[in-house]
Amino acid sequence: MNKIRTQLMLCGGTGCHSTGSIAVKEAINNELRRHGLNEEIQVIETGCNGFCALGPVMLVHPEGIFYQKLTIDEVPKLVEEHFLKGRPYKKLQYVDPASKETIPIMNDIPFFAHQMFWVMRNKGIIDPEIIDEYIARDGYFGVAKALKEMTPDQIIEEVKTSGIRGRGGAGFPTGLKWQFAKASPGDVKYVLCNADEGDPGAFMDRSVLEADPHAVLEGMIIAAKAINSRQGYIYVRTEYPLAIKRLEIAIRQAREYGLLGKDILGSGFDFDVEIYQGAGAFVCGEETALMRSIEGKRGMPRPRPPFPAHKGLWEKPSVLNNVETLANIAQIIVNGGKWYASVGTETSKGTKVFALSGAVNNIGLVEVPMGTTLRTIIYDIGGGIPKKKKFKAVQLGGPSGGCVPEEFLDTPVDYEAIVKVGAIMGSGGAIVMDESTCMVDMARFFMDFIQDESCGKCTPCREGTRRILEILNRICDGKGEPEDIETLKELSYTIKDSALCGLGQTGPNPVLSTLRYFIDEYNAHIFEKRCPAKRCVALLKFEIDPEICTKCGLCFKSCPSDAIEWKKKEVAKIDKSKCVKCLTCFDKCRFGAIF
Amino acid sequence: MNEDFQHPDITQDMLKEINEIISTNKNKSGASITVLRNSQNIVGYLPVELIDYISKGLNISSSELFGIASFYSLFSMIPKGKNTIRICLGTACYVKGIKEVMERISNQYKIKEKETTPDRRFSLETVRCLGACGLAPVMVVNQDIYGAMSSDRVLDVLDRYK
Ligand SMILES: Cc1cc2nc3c(=O)[nH]c(=O)nc-3n(C[C@H](O)[C@H](O)[C@H](O)COP(=O)(O)O)c2cc1C
Ligand code: SF4
Ligand code: SF4
Ligand code: SF4
Ligand code: FES
Ligand code: FES
Repeated sequence: MNKIRTQLMLCGGTGCHSTGSIAVKEAINNELRRHGLNEEIQVIETGCNGFCALGPVMLVHPEGIFYQKLTIDEVPKLVEEHFLKGRPYKKLQYVDPASKETIPIMNDIPFFAHQMFWVMRNKGIIDPEIIDEYIARDGYFGVAKALKEMTPDQIIEEVKTSGIRGRGGAGFPTGLKWQFAKASPGDVKYVLCNADEGDPGAFMDRSVLEADPHAVLEGMIIAAKAINSRQGYIYVRTEYPLAIKRLEIAIRQAREYGLLGKDILGSGFDFDVEIYQGAGAFVCGEETALMRSIEGKRGMPRPRPPFPAHKGLWEKPSVLNNVETLANIAQIIVNGGKWYASVGTETSKGTKVFALSGAVNNIGLVEVPMGTTLRTIIYDIGGGIPKKKKFKAVQLGGPSGGCVPEEFLDTPVDYEAIVKVGAIMGSGGAIVMDESTCMVDMARFFMDFIQDESCGKCTPCREGTRRILEILNRICDGKGEPEDIETLKELSYTIKDSALCGLGQTGPNPVLSTLRYFIDEYNAHIFEKRCPAKRCVALLKFEIDPEICTKCGLCFKSCPSDAIEWKKKEVAKIDKSKCVKCLTCFDKCRFGAIF
Repeated sequence: MNEDFQHPDITQDMLKEINEIISTNKNKSGASITVLRNSQNIVGYLPVELIDYISKGLNISSSELFGIASFYSLFSMIPKGKNTIRICLGTACYVKGIKEVMERISNQYKIKEKETTPDRRFSLETVRCLGACGLAPVMVVNQDIYGAMSSDRVLDVLDRYK
């Protein structure tokens, strides 16, 4: 007999694992056993809950009570208070930073309240390592319907009606992509899942794989039926061991249940999936390079056409889709394309997941309906900028994208609208920057990444990115020349126009977008040899302005090399011979006295 | 296969495992990266001689296999230190000051990215986003993840790894 009255959905995502959720799980189980509660209360390890910055987090089901920042020391108290005495344990509950009020129920917390969970509908609710839990949430209903009741054309029609576009960056209509691959002649075809998640600062795909791997498999099976493929591959970043492990378990269980392999659900349709691990090359996220890499070769892009729909993996027709794209498919099949298309804007349908991070209070995964404004994401969901600092820009689309300044924060999440303000939707990285981020340094950061990851096959990308990086390095080192800005623009446009693949074609975007909105910062570096954000070490004096210094001593306490002289009621002073230019004191001084 | 292959960093047991990996993957298309990965997992890095050896086993030209090994940043042809420090150079960590953390380490142990200290105590590597951006800036030492790293804390943490 099942006596379980309460389930503790403890986050087992990568973020919470690293803040100690594995030990917390053990501690809770021990305490429950000690109180004889282990028969009625069960601990379930879920995938990422979304609110990673407060990890380890836990949801008490069915009440919906949310606990954060669990530690093994607090566990005995928590179990005693909540599960023995029946009073929620306040100390581990969420406190609204604005009103200072405790908010016990997860869905009442502003971070969650403005979101809409479609792709992440199972996050924090199921144990991703148990297929039955996925099935209990209508899992594999989409496969059953697609395989038994629908023709390939009907599937494609439904996906087209939904209006879904690729979530990997480019936003190509998914239904159309499938249609091309289906129309392409050939007996052998492949369905590929892009789980390379290259944007440094994005972790949506990883979380989906960790929290709900079957949703991705389901999407792949439906795609396979649509284009008539027998074999699929998931190309995963090697840096994602937990995602790989959960995928392996999911594939094994799906095979045991007859959901992968021969004659799926008795429909006569065969399809199986293999995992392929990447080996650390950003360019392998590009479709043609990814296919070369699965073939065991160097992952270098090749010119298109031929497009993968005609000649893809091993020269066979192939469909490549992003993790998040695939995770939407089953629900489109089950609920219909019209249902999906009812949410969003004219050209962008459904929801989009963002990995919100940087200078924002609530860091984590955020899923919003298309059309939501960036302001809602950053302020209502993200809780605004910490430490009373001023918002400067939000960076979307990583190294292929751009930054959006304050004046365009009311831009809706929509493929076209975001491009209009000089960024791209991208795969979902959203990094908030405040006044202490130097935008020239940011441009340099992305260019350093692009230059490092350029595969070197074509000259504009290989040489051009190197020259841009040299110039940006020079500017940050205080050796910028007036003509640098023009040269940067020229080089950027040349690379964009002549590079072979998307990496080069979009790589200069962060430079162009910072030039567009933050030309003042470039000018300050070049003409005044000054870094307004105080980040570029070569442009700082490492002195303290006695007029501004409030004599608080915070800098003195934080300096790792005893370079600051300070006594109570006295102005602080930096001994430059001891200073190692670590910038710690700049960060600590709340008054901006150090320059 | 050349059974008397010898290398100071590769024991007979390791070699046995590597031979097995080679023979199970020999006739699979696209297996070269898998073989390199598994071999590196066993030895800790990929000695040049080993790459040569594997290429013979897989029956592909050694220049092709070298090309593959050098293309992917996962593969290292130089030995690693006892402890591997991995610094996240993803955007979220960068914005939150990982550069200063990196500089502290470089200054203290006189190593740069992809280098190992002469006493082989530390190797310094960088990665682009560990997917734990909520904890930024992030540093990983061996298997231990440290979030909210700062330049004033990092040396204390590293002190624990001898
Ligand atoms: C340099 C480069 C890197 C890319 N990295 C990724 C990636 O990590 N993940 C991804 O899904 N798509 C990535 N893409 C986009 C893919 O090439 C491809 O468009 C996408 O996976 C298609 O899936 P979708 O239509 O579902 O978005 C990258 C493209 C380029 C040019
Ligand atoms: S644009 Fe850059 S990454 Fe793409 S093929 Fe050319 S050199 Fe390689
Ligand atoms: S932290 Fe700033 S205000 Fe305080 S003593 Fe140092 S320089 Fe002066
Ligand atoms: S930059 Fe670093 S070393 Fe120099 S004074 Fe400030 S805290 Fe001390
Ligand atoms: S990993 Fe636990 S909330 Fe994201
Ligand atoms: S940017 Fe460092 S963990 Fe994501």
